Amino acid sequence: MKPAPFSYALPRTLDEALELLHEYGSEARILAGGQSLAAMLNMRLATPKVLIDIAELPELQTISRRCNHVEIGAGVTQAELMAWPELADTQPLLTMILPHVGHYQTRQRGTICGSLAHSDPSSELPLALALLQGEVVLRSKRATRTVAASDFQTALMTTDVGDDEMVVACRFPVADGNRQFGFREITQRHGDFAIVAIAAHSTENGVRLAAGGVADVPAAIDWPRLSDRDLSDALNDFAWQLGGNDDVHATARYRRDLVRRIGRTIALEVIDAPA
Amino acid sequence: MRLLDADSRHTIRFQLNGKAVEGVAAPRMLATDFLREALGATGTHAGCEHGVCGACTIRLDGKAVRACLLYAVQLEGRNVQTVEGLAGHDEELSAMQTAFRKHHALQCGFCTPGILMSLSQLLEEEPGADEARIRDCLSGHICRCTGYHGIVAAALEVFEAHRRSGGESGRERTDV
Ligand code: FES
Ligand code: FES
Repeated sequence: MKPAPFSYALPRTLDEALELLHEYGSEARILAGGQSLAAMLNMRLATPKVLIDIAELPELQTISRRCNHVEIGAGVTQAELMAWPELADTQPLLTMILPHVGHYQTRQRGTICGSLAHSDPSSELPLALALLQGEVVLRSKRATRTVAASDFQTALMTTDVGDDEMVVACRFPVADGNRQFGFREITQRHGDFAIVAIAAHSTENGVRLAAGGVADVPAAIDWPRLSDRDLSDALNDFAWQLGGNDDVHATARYRRDLVRRIGRTIALEVIDAPA
Repeated sequence: MRLLDADSRHTIRFQLNGKAVEGVAAPRMLATDFLREALGATGTHAGCEHGVCGACTIRLDGKAVRACLLYAVQLEGRNVQTVEGLAGHDEELSAMQTAFRKHHALQCGFCTPGILMSLSQLLEEEPGADEARIRDCLSGHICRCTGYHGIVAAALEVFEAHRRSGGESGRERTDV
């Protein structure tokens, strides 16, 4: 459980970090909180030549509310966002999910953007990004570009981030006050990775629901207001579409069952809640 | 910019339990191994070495974090507190350590240093924490011996005493 040798770079500015990334490309990895990456390094699932530590870069420490979204810099930890006083008003879903992201101790170093970049299929922040149709801001020495949630996570633990690019921020839309939000997950222990996680919000004419922990990437779907029976059918179809595998934690069948059951509870919760 | 070469060992200077210390380490050395092997501070335990068990928890600039997910080079210039820093100069146990002893909150003691570091932050920052919050904080630690009840009982006693005594006094804040 010791990492392979790597060189360690501590740039002082974002430009320095991008320059290094330009130079080393796929041989470098960006290190922010390290709560996923350091574990992967220790298990030698990743063996980069250089780690570029961006955790303290001053350019990446801000949470800023713009007119229709909140932008979270790549240095902002999960604990910092949780403690941001405007969070509940800005995006209640994040208030609901953050206590489930890792543990007290890992949230104090783990970053919001790092969790998105790691893109574990059962982690909560990618699920929230998919449900809310957020965006990720990528930068390289050459350019800055913004990628929609649906294009960001391309396959199992794989993202659209290029070799010379890094995530510098992510954006979640500011919640419309009339929307109701719901979230629930099943884990072996509070704070562990979800076996199945479901998030949903009401829409003008129905519900938008997303599931994590089943398919390789979190999947979201929109439904109009459905009758009780149609909702059950729709959830069943959705559960089968997600696929899902047997693993040490649960069978694919159990996962589908959770999608049907929790999906139903959460969908009804957000549809029926008084505005 | 600091660029530390993979194959060399580098001098790292930081504050450990209020004292300036230094040691040498290659970039890949875990903070746990550095504390234990380079500095002889073996109070911090290494269990899983991938962030799951909590045995290695230390306080980095006040925050309880996993030392096995940190590298020695990242401690440069920081303030680190480990279990060795909890007892007073006279080796008198802190209130939390005393309560752990009283409530049989440890058996083998492997998980204990990490748990004490997490609870010390929680007590400083959230003295009003209730049992649910204390359990939430403890969920980041695995204890294979006690079944957690003694740990929760010890923590509850200290949090309550801390509240009754008015909490915020300077001595209390560092005494945990
Ligand atoms: S040794 Fe660090 S969490 Fe287990
Ligand atoms: S006392 Fe033995 S693991 Fe906790």
